[in-house]
Amino acid sequence: MGIVSKITRRTLLVGSMAVAGGVAFGIYAYKSPQDNPLLDDLTEGEAALTPYVMITAAGVTLITPRADKGQGAYSVQAALIAEELDVDLDQVSVDPGPPSAVYYNTALANEALPFSPADQSNVANAARAVADAAMKFIGMQITGGSTTVADGFTKLRAAGAIARETLKAAAAQESGHDALQMRTERGEVILPNGERISYARLAPTAAKMRLPENVGLRDPSSWRLIGKPMQRVDIVAKSTGTQTYGIDLRFDDMLHATVRRNPANGGGMASYDASTAEGMRGVEKIVELPGGVGVIADNTWRAFQAANAVEVEWGDPPFPAEMDAHWATLSRSFTAENLNSRPLDAGNVEAVLSDETIELEYRAPYLAHAPLEPVSAVVQVGEARIDIWTGTQVPRFIQANVAELTGLKPEDIHVHVQMMGGSFGHRLEDDYVLHAVRLAMEVPGRPVKMTYSREEDMAHDYLRQIAMARVRGTARNGRVHAFDLSIAMPSVSESQMGRQGLSLGETDPIIVTGAGDQPYSIPNYRVTGYKAPQLAPLSSWRSVGASTNAFFHESFLDELIHAAGADPLEERLRLLNDATARGVLEAVGDMSNWGAPMERGRGRGVAFARSFGTPVAEVVEVTDTGNGIRIDKVYVAADVGRVVDPVNFDNMMKGGVIFGLGHAMNCEITFANGRIEQENFYAFEGMKLYQCPDIEVRVLENGPAVTGIGEPPVPPAAPALANAIYAATRQRLREMPFSKFVTFV
Amino acid sequence: MQLNVNGTAYEVDVEPDMPLLWVLRDELGITGPKYGCGVAFCGACTVWVDRMVVRSCSYPASAAEGAQITTIEGIGNPDALHAVQAAWVEEQVAQCGYCQSGQIMTAAAFLQEISNPSDAEIDDAMSANLCRCGTYPKIRAAIKRAATSLQGE
Repeated sequence: MGIVSKITRRTLLVGSMAVAGGVAFGIYAYKSPQDNPLLDDLTEGEAALTPYVMITAAGVTLITPRADKGQGAYSVQAALIAEELDVDLDQVSVDPGPPSAVYYNTALANEALPFSPADQSNVANAARAVADAAMKFIGMQITGGSTTVADGFTKLRAAGAIARETLKAAAAQESGHDALQMRTERGEVILPNGERISYARLAPTAAKMRLPENVGLRDPSSWRLIGKPMQRVDIVAKSTGTQTYGIDLRFDDMLHATVRRNPANGGGMASYDASTAEGMRGVEKIVELPGGVGVIADNTWRAFQAANAVEVEWGDPPFPAEMDAHWATLSRSFTAENLNSRPLDAGNVEAVLSDETIELEYRAPYLAHAPLEPVSAVVQVGEARIDIWTGTQVPRFIQANVAELTGLKPEDIHVHVQMMGGSFGHRLEDDYVLHAVRLAMEVPGRPVKMTYSREEDMAHDYLRQIAMARVRGTARNGRVHAFDLSIAMPSVSESQMGRQGLSLGETDPIIVTGAGDQPYSIPNYRVTGYKAPQLAPLSSWRSVGASTNAFFHESFLDELIHAAGADPLEERLRLLNDATARGVLEAVGDMSNWGAPMERGRGRGVAFARSFGTPVAEVVEVTDTGNGIRIDKVYVAADVGRVVDPVNFDNMMKGGVIFGLGHAMNCEITFANGRIEQENFYAFEGMKLYQCPDIEVRVLENGPAVTGIGEPPVPPAAPALANAIYAATRQRLREMPFSKFVTFV
Repeated sequence: MQLNVNGTAYEVDVEPDMPLLWVLRDELGITGPKYGCGVAFCGACTVWVDRMVVRSCSYPASAAEGAQITTIEGIGNPDALHAVQAAWVEEQVAQCGYCQSGQIMTAAAFLQEISNPSDAEIDDAMSANLCRCGTYPKIRAAIKRAATSLQGE
């Protein structure tokens, strides 16, 4: 096999923690050959060394610390390790492992900002601001920011390679053969004489081996797994109802629970009367919680019923009670005082804006994450430990916060990360876990499964930011000449990280991501972010800032291009200054046969956005049927540098497009009387199957870095749809959801 | 009351109006049917009561007394996949997978009624089941694959 890069142990130690994984794989295998792979009884020193590869007498377990919310993270992480370890996914177990600092996201802690594009310069600024909070930040084991593959691409392969070479050295010691003469295949070392020794048998010896000083990573031409279609490790379980999600867990003697809290997220409770509820069948206990009550019962439905029977008087909402006030707050935020960042200021926008200036306003609403599985957690409070089973993206936050709540040490809080029925950023929050812990503390020793009702889950979703844009621009000589975009939103980082006691500094890059970081060269080009005061609590929603900002940027760019009389695709290509970006736009132009005439009533729209380092272009085709807009077809192309699994890539691309389109079509979260108005899916539908267009996907692998795909297909979807509707109907849609202005069929 | 689930008879002591979903999940430990919305909107809880496709989150358990209740666990398992489950595996439909029990139960019942569905018939039959991850294109493909394989049986 070819070796492209000699990576010394020293550089790995600097560049990643994979070597520590390699070391620990031996130590752990030697000390506890029979142990449960959850590893939760390891002491602090051992946990810090905990690896990506664990081998016991029972076989090989690959530790995949980035959580699986449905994006296939377990499979892609396992494949990266397996590629070099020479095991196949059908012969290994995959386990998310325990929360541990060793699994921190990206090799350098200050690049671990999970909410910002990994390759943008503003990250460096934000990261510097983070330094103050570094003690908590370091070791942040977070799944998010489309970083799983980008973060793991080298680290996980190296972990596999080091383990493999150590196993070969162990085989050399046991057999007396030269390790250089050995091969590895399907979890076995093959000696020069053809004899095969399983990794499991070699583990005790390997545990005592010195790690190899130099390990090369294989040349891509020799890859067995990476880039080839794979079968996801969870696909059979998820097709047979046998996948266990957090909400499905059952333990002996387990109680069921739920909560009912102020429907204005963060609001308090003035008073409550639980006398009726306490007498209901199956109710064990009613517990006062911050901002509400919890019910412990013997069945989830009985807990729901009792929670609804509690008579409650809620406190005032901690944000404006009516939606108009939220918009008015944004409207008032375009001031010098609120100016937060100006990442782009090319040419002289002020000087060239003239009487022909186009001035417009765009709006994007609050959205809920609303994964189909409501949040839940099983908690068991022991004498000097607490066990928590939950689907989460932030196990280390849970550890820290439960320790603070209970007075136990973080290492006594054992978080067992579960498969998640979706997240989209929802499970970056851990307040529900704290409620579950408060309830379980009322019945020490007994496992308590707390489940939110759908209504509770919707009302306590930490929302996608509300945002407003004001734009000005001009076209000249058939070209876009000046583009001035101002965006106002409350700071997502301030809201989200503030709940964890962290501050990322005054400047929030999220306010301008997806707009102020796009690879266009417009002669006079300015993007300005204004930080509005905090309103409803916010969190990262799949693609975060870019989910609103790409809509503003690409919609207005389209308007200017039309004003110039130019072609939307050709003019974007002319303005793009990055070959990889142009590549994806050319691809969708080719796929969609862009420029070919369309029948009357039909239209084609294009949009481009680079987020999380991944450029994505989409062309949407629609028909104005007379009864409403039908989305006929979507073409989408992305460049991620290198695709690990083409099947999963295809699923993420299509899912991202549908997620982006569905929310743009008909989703918003609004408030009236301080309450969320959309309590359940009937008021928050997204796309239904009959509305789903045919989606054609193309992957490009020209980009210089390996980047993620979980989020980047989302941002271009909404503007491509709006631009297509304009092409078909000459109606501009400047506010989401579009169902406020058009009907979809 | 007595409930017959996947061919096994169970005696349960529950209120007549407890939704079938919660009897299955919390009383019997049958967790293939999922809780998604609780109001019969999303379809994650879909099961069969005799030949009827039912949203178990909104269907009183007492109404299923005397009937054969079938959950996703009752139509096949990892070692013996139902044709629809096999098609779901082949097409790798699932992302988070949480809605897929309901999708599969809806699809399997539908294919018993219409063995060779048109695109429009698939859209009609499947549009009341919500998927938040956006697996709709793969669901369509899997139904077509399952229809072909069922016809070959």
